[in-house]
Amino acid sequence: MANAKEIKTVLFGPVFANNPIALQVLGICSALAVTTKMDKALVMCIALTLVTAFSNFFISLIRNHIPSSVRIIVQMTIIASLVIVVDQLLKAFAYDVAKELSVFVGLIITNCIVMGRAEAFAMKSKPGISFLDGIGNGLGYSVVLMTVAFIRELGGSGTVFGVEILPLVKDGGWYQPMGLLLMPPSAFIIIAAFIWILRTFRTEQVEKA
Amino acid sequence: MSSNNDSISKTLIVVISLCLVCAVIVSTAAVQLRPQQTANKLLDSQKNVLAVTGLLSGGNVAQLYSKHIVERFVDLDSGEFVEKPANYDYRKFMKDPKESTRLSGEEDLASIKSRANVAPVYLAYANGVESGELTSIVLPIHGYGLWSTMHAFLALAPDGATIQGLNYYEQGETAGLGGEVQNPNWVKQFEGKKLLDAAGAPAIKVRKPGNASPDSSYEVDGLSGATLTANGVQNTFDFWAGSKGFAPFLAKVRDGALNNG
Repeated sequence: MANAKEIKTVLFGPVFANNPIALQVLGICSALAVTTKMDKALVMCIALTLVTAFSNFFISLIRNHIPSSVRIIVQMTIIASLVIVVDQLLKAFAYDVAKELSVFVGLIITNCIVMGRAEAFAMKSKPGISFLDGIGNGLGYSVVLMTVAFIRELGGSGTVFGVEILPLVKDGGWYQPMGLLLMPPSAFIIIAAFIWILRTFRTEQVEKA
Repeated sequence: MSSNNDSISKTLIVVISLCLVCAVIVSTAAVQLRPQQTANKLLDSQKNVLAVTGLLSGGNVAQLYSKHIVERFVDLDSGEFVEKPANYDYRKFMKDPKESTRLSGEEDLASIKSRANVAPVYLAYANGVESGELTSIVLPIHGYGLWSTMHAFLALAPDGATIQGLNYYEQGETAGLGGEVQNPNWVKQFEGKKLLDAAGAPAIKVRKPGNASPDSSYEVDGLSGATLTANGVQNTFDFWAGSKGFAPFLAKVRDGALNNG
């Protein structure tokens, strides 16, 4: 097992230093689709983190036996199986959220973060550290998703996790919700702003012109 | 090592055993979790029935449902109540050749190809089932929109014609355009309209947005940017209010079939 410093880098590096969405710009498709409500986004984050962690783990476990000619297919099979299991679990235990997330749980299969980590990390690392890498990247994804969802839900519906924070005009309050925030394009703007802020503080992430 | 891994036999062994393991895991998960999922689906459908009658007031869905709703089964051709058929599953029966009727081109207004011979209807009692005071009749309707089959519950007053509510609970239309059939503000227009005209013929008309006459008992505005979805809604109403749909049943309702409970 790797030492403590390496674990820390693998686990928390992806949160800001090497964020899969902000720096690698992977997996933004679902970041647009499921971030109108925080509870939806949270379930999506948990699902994606679990899938990334376990797919990394299993792929790493058999990495020395995967024939390189079919390695992508092997990775996809493992990822797809995990996603189906997660989807079934959600349908059984969180039906309402599962219904709202609908196809996006299934689309975790095509989420570049999962595939990207499997190919880039799990194929050449030990299972334990690969598992942590999956958790770490899931956390990085979650930080961005929850930030975006927080802004969109608060600005678009005046609530946080469904709890009213800004009373809406239509319910007799003062806050006129911003309809744009409920539309997918707003997530682009928020993610871009996130990247901008992140790169202002971490200038090493700025690409050379 | 890698050359060894890439031999045909090794490749086949790895791929086949991986597939077997994954298949076992996936099917175990699917089979083990099915009862729970079926229960969730049932609860969800009960919630939708309650929602369309306006009886969903928070609290335990299953309790509210058993307090207010009675599920009955109607033979669509005769319009008579029948016993619940064995292994009844409306979604399965509507496609099962033995349990459904194929619709010819001109009958198939809602583009659903076939419809079940027996459909469920839900009788709602706002003051509780034991009061015997029927307040709404909920009919399940569905029809093809632009991309998807749209499923809805339609709540009618006990006169069998006045619409009390409409709830599209399942559809896959374009989000923001056709998907607006779910918008509570849009379906609200249907409240108080008449499903059938005085002669008992389907009467709801989905007009172009803004063209519905506010005084009309039959006209509602369509959806901007979603003409084909709105047409789908129109077709759904035409079919289900027609003779292949619930018309025979609703005729019996008007004759007082529900008055003795």
